[in-house]
Amino acid sequence: MATQHSQSVARMMMAPAVILLLGWMLVPLTMTLFFSFKKYLPLRGGDLGWVGFENYVRFVSSSSFWPAVATTLIIVGGVLAITVLLGIALALLLDQPMWGQGVVRILVIAPFFVMPTVSGLVWKNMFMDPVNGFFAHLWRFFGAEPIQWLSQASMPSLVMIVSWQWLPFATLILLTAIQSLDTEQLEAAEMDGARPLGRFWFIILPHLARAITVVILIQTIFLLSIFAEIFVTTAGAFGTKTLTYLIFQRVLESQNVGLGSAGGVYAIILANIVAVFLLRVVGKNLDA
Amino acid sequence: MKQIQLRQVSKSFGDVEVIPPLDLEIEDGEFVVFVGPSGCGKSTLLRLIAGLEDVTSGQVLIDGADATAIPPARRGLAMVFQSYALYPHMSVRRNIAFPLRMAGLDRAEQERRVDEAAKVLNLTEYLDRRPGQLSGGQRQRVAIGRAIVREPTAFLFDEPLSNLDAALRVGMRLEISELHKRLSTTMIYVTHDQVEAMTMADKIVVLQHGVIEQVGSPMELYRAPRNTFVAGFIGSPRMNLLEGAEAARHKAHTIGIRPEHIAISTRKGDWQGVVGVSEHLGSDTFFHINCPDFAAPLTVRADGELDLSYGSTVFLTPDLLHLHRFDDNGLRLT
Ligand SMILES: Nc1ncnc2c1ncn2[C@@H]1O[C@H](COP(=O)(O)OP(=O)(O)OP(=O)(O)O)[C@@H](O)[C@H]1O
Ligand SMILES: [Mg+2]
Repeated sequence: MATQHSQSVARMMMAPAVILLLGWMLVPLTMTLFFSFKKYLPLRGGDLGWVGFENYVRFVSSSSFWPAVATTLIIVGGVLAITVLLGIALALLLDQPMWGQGVVRILVIAPFFVMPTVSGLVWKNMFMDPVNGFFAHLWRFFGAEPIQWLSQASMPSLVMIVSWQWLPFATLILLTAIQSLDTEQLEAAEMDGARPLGRFWFIILPHLARAITVVILIQTIFLLSIFAEIFVTTAGAFGTKTLTYLIFQRVLESQNVGLGSAGGVYAIILANIVAVFLLRVVGKNLDA
Repeated sequence: MKQIQLRQVSKSFGDVEVIPPLDLEIEDGEFVVFVGPSGCGKSTLLRLIAGLEDVTSGQVLIDGADATAIPPARRGLAMVFQSYALYPHMSVRRNIAFPLRMAGLDRAEQERRVDEAAKVLNLTEYLDRRPGQLSGGQRQRVAIGRAIVREPTAFLFDEPLSNLDAALRVGMRLEISELHKRLSTTMIYVTHDQVEAMTMADKIVVLQHGVIEQVGSPMELYRAPRNTFVAGFIGSPRMNLLEGAEAARHKAHTIGIRPEHIAISTRKGDWQGVVGVSEHLGSDTFFHINCPDFAAPLTVRADGELDLSYGSTVFLTPDLLHLHRFDDNGLRLT
């Protein structure tokens, strides 16, 4: 896009997409803002007029607010840590030539195709069920008392389920990044006397920096809004209520659209804080 | 100080034997050039010496000791790759210091050696840049810098100049030759460019399909090529190889005569021909002459001032002192 002319043409060509996107974003956003200033109780009188910032004050002063923010951040942080670390390990492993490579790779990607609701239910009923779950049998086999996963260790369980879903994504992105590494660089490092660990630390890991950044940013966007996994497993009990889940409860269980909308605005603010923080920390990897 | 010996070394990738068993000796301080057409196994041979590739059979000896099972880092060799293989996320300084850092040298010593290498290679002002911010020639020098700081006992170069433009190539060629004179370290240099081989080597190893066709000094190879392959490969432009009646007259299956050993005249000579394309280099002119006696046109070198028009008739006289004769297996007859 070097010349004036091509720039204005480009702008015209992009206009429909930009307008559509803006509309797509602006309509729900305006509606959320609109309702957040109203007392709107669909089953208890409907629209009861403007209330100013009352919804905002009530949402934050609820005893569930700060725990929900904390839960959200713990889930995002935990899943990011697990998927990135295991993703790097798996990607390194899958990059090795081995028998049945194609099949193994497809198997590794498979969890990504399972719908969140389904995977939540599968984990809950087949693995984590304290009586008949796979883990319960495993624990009993070793003579231990089965853990009541979703009630006694609700957060680790949830992090585990969500990590399982997102690990394939991280692995896939990191694997393609590893495969794009010039083998001559590794050979040069080998000639230069770098041992396997040194090669990983000084050559492979810096090469992966950008891919890791992409994984972190994309996953964060989706992890901030996970819902189905919580809904089908703990339904928000045992301290697994995220901000998204809290909003859902306010709108649908308490039938308070105004309060939920105010929560929605807080969720937007939280997402932006996280985004700014992440871009500060890892964003510089995207330059150059 | 390094002497490298290959004993019956062979290499196969799966069922494909890329290098049949071969023997080769490289003396201490020599500049050896592996030359051959693309895919003949030059890089593979170099990588076998480096230890980046395992030999299928045979032995690699370094200073008389069997090094076949020694990992690359401990062979004391440094390699410069065709793609330079610089570490893109490190500054030039850290790139050059990398082998020293891996060897666990202290900071001060690292600094000292890096500065020294940078001075030798004119890199001092670029030390804080990233490789991506350097030109091809500068990157090449960084790669060489990374090789020399280790003070290796031998250097391995894999087509280090093939990514550079012609002018830079000539300059770097001189720099590498100079480096060799100054360090007097053994160097093994792979190229498919016979000009590089002729100008730089103490010893040329000509390879074809993984087989060593001839080993010798550049002038030995030029004066007495062992077979038609070497005859055609060494020297630029190529030697004219002629078969048929004219060859039979010299009691050979094939005769070879270099373009610079044919006299050209407009009046009389042994062979008559018609001038085809002429290539003017300024100092010399190469004429392609179509002779009815031979299947392919002959290349003839003449003085740069000589001007012959396309299609005119000329006469050629080969210098019989420089006529090469080959038998029907392509081997040299003496
Ligand atoms: N890893 C490999 N697996 C199978 N075949 C290989 C492998 N590496 C090289 N070869 C084959 O070995 C032969 C020699 O390769 P090599 O790279 O040594 O050629 P080269 O002489 O360096 O050629 P060039 O001048 O093009 O670099 C080629 O025919 C190539 O196809
Ligand atoms: Mg090669």
